[in-house]
Amino acid sequence: MSVLVYTQNWDGKFKKSSFELVSYASKVADMLNVSVIALSIGAVENDELKKLGNYGAGKILNVNNEQCKILDNQVYTNIISQVALKEKSSVIIISNNNEGKAIAPRLSVSLKAGIGSGVSKLPVNLNPFTVYKRTYSGNAYAQVVINSEIKILTLAQNSFDLFETTNNSVIEDLNISVDSSLLKTEVKDVQKMAGKILLTDADIVVSGGRGMKSPDNWGPIVELAGLLGAATACSRPVSDEGWRSHDEHTGQTGKIIAPNVYIAVGISGATQHLAGISSSKYIVAINSDKDAPIFEAAQYGIVGDAMKVLPKLIEAVKELKK
Amino acid sequence: MKILVCISNVPDTTTKVKFVEADTKFDTTGVQWVINPWDELSLTRALELKDDPSTGVKSVTVAHVGPASSEPTIRKALAIGADDAIRVNTEPSDGYYVASQLAEVIRKEQFDIIMCGIESSDFNGSVTGGMIAEFMNIPSVSAVSGLKIENGKPLLTREIDGGRETVSVPTPFVAIVQKGIAKEPRIAAMRGIMMARTKPVKIYEPMEAQSLTKFIVFEKPRPRAACKYIDAENPGLLIQLLQNEAKVI
Ligand SMILES: Cc1cc2nc3c(=O)[nH]c(=O)nc-3n(C[C@H](O)[C@H](O)[C@H](O)COP(=O)(O)OP(=O)(O)OC[C@H]3O[C@@H](n4cnc5c(N)ncnc54)[C@H](O)[C@@H]3O)c2cc1C
Ligand SMILES: Nc1ncnc2c1ncn2[C@@H]1O[C@H](COP(=O)(O)O)[C@@H](O)[C@H]1O
Repeated sequence: MSVLVYTQNWDGKFKKSSFELVSYASKVADMLNVSVIALSIGAVENDELKKLGNYGAGKILNVNNEQCKILDNQVYTNIISQVALKEKSSVIIISNNNEGKAIAPRLSVSLKAGIGSGVSKLPVNLNPFTVYKRTYSGNAYAQVVINSEIKILTLAQNSFDLFETTNNSVIEDLNISVDSSLLKTEVKDVQKMAGKILLTDADIVVSGGRGMKSPDNWGPIVELAGLLGAATACSRPVSDEGWRSHDEHTGQTGKIIAPNVYIAVGISGATQHLAGISSSKYIVAINSDKDAPIFEAAQYGIVGDAMKVLPKLIEAVKELKK
Repeated sequence: MKILVCISNVPDTTTKVKFVEADTKFDTTGVQWVINPWDELSLTRALELKDDPSTGVKSVTVAHVGPASSEPTIRKALAIGADDAIRVNTEPSDGYYVASQLAEVIRKEQFDIIMCGIESSDFNGSVTGGMIAEFMNIPSVSAVSGLKIENGKPLLTREIDGGRETVSVPTPFVAIVQKGIAKEPRIAAMRGIMMARTKPVKIYEPMEAQSLTKFIVFEKPRPRAACKYIDAENPGLLIQLLQNEAKVI
């Protein structure tokens, strides 16, 4: 028996979220009294693979064949499914990011394994196996029982702390073949946005709403974000108006994020906006209307005109950096 | 080319979420039910493709797994412009069960493009589309923010970390859509509402299938600590609090 954790890599590197995932998997494995096996697919150097061991992975499996050069959901599902059966995994842990959401449901059918999606805590009970998950777009949480032999959990990003251990780990190259007829995805074109901090990875996010009045007023938001090492975000009307690019839109119909701090400037705090940010550890609101609903969700608030407050905040951060 | 849009029926996004029977059931009193926002956008894109004769899209069907009480949501999709609808007459008990039912319908009716949303706004499962594809052993493309058809060939844009890719897969396939697929949801015009009454809704009885998960109890998020206000004249204090009290910068 084992807990299997699938750790995605980005151009051969892991991210903090990969280590969160392994930390989570090793705590689940402790509860079940079994070992953790980490699976990496694609070209990753041994030095990088070894890092997974620091968070509790006893065995690190590496699959790197021709078919996995592009993300084809059927190919990836087939590989993970084969490994899970071989390793007799009773729990499989995957990130709740784009790739995880693409693979986990297919894996569920392939292994007849129920999914607890977007879990943010360790299982609350082992018998029956019960997980804790976000529902109603963050307006509630639920306990969900998974009835199948094998269980799949997708972990919400930034919801679990890193735990380092001094485990001895072994790395194994696995030769797994996939029927080449499975690979059906053809990539025609790739556009990468270089140098931008990814919104879904960021620890700090500075976000602007319609209260910023015009796209020309975004300078201070971008500057503050730059100083804090933060990503920039926006509310839906801002991206709908084309003031900011669509991939910055947070909320129910945009990105769902959980940074350590979310600084909302000129955002009223509509439920659909909060649905995307309510899992942030801290919310800071800057708004000229003291009755704006965003203050009910915030832990820190400044009632004032963003165009006056932001320059002062920027000065304060510069002061701090000195 | 035939497109199927899978729609789920969810509480309006501004609903005050409450629970009854010792927090085991969602309180439906006074709730307005709507088409899941993603599915409304899928439907809009499917209709845009059908409006353009060069795409070869001949029909747009909507499918829903749910009891008769969700008919108004199906009628709304027909009013927006879907040609016909299929309803599998059963409670949608979990994603695995729903996907089993939809896969069965798709096998019988045959579609080229099957569209699902990235998540239902109630249970936030994010599973149905991928499950349908695996049940049918057909390709799925996830995080789809664009769909067009060129020379009879569907081309999809999918979001990847830090960018996007244009990909193609052979039909039939499942597209799991997210932001960007369409701009504004299309709304029903008077004529559409009139016509919706006469459009066909085919009812399927459910096939034998299992559920693998069960919601047992709900809770409201813990109320957060009350907001600490900082004087607008001295925002430097905010930076100090974030550094020393919250310890996040
Ligand atoms: C199905 C559906 C899905 C939706 N999904 C999303 C979503 O994913 N994300 C999202 O954001 N929205 C979403 N919305 C829209 C949402 O309901 C709100 O309309 C939107 O969030 C409001 O954006 P805002 O806060 O930027 O603008 P507004 O509501 O216009 O608020 C602007 C705020 O700025 C303040 N302000 C004005 N001037 C200043 C100043 N000088 N200094 C400081 N503050 C100032 C005002 O007091 C006000 O609070 C959705 C709506 C629907 C129906
Ligand atoms: N009961 C249902 N009937 C038809 N389609 C559904 C149903 N439930 C979910 N879907 C589809 O699956 C998508 C994702 O839902 P979920 O997996 O429940 O988060 C939705 O956007 C719909 O396209």
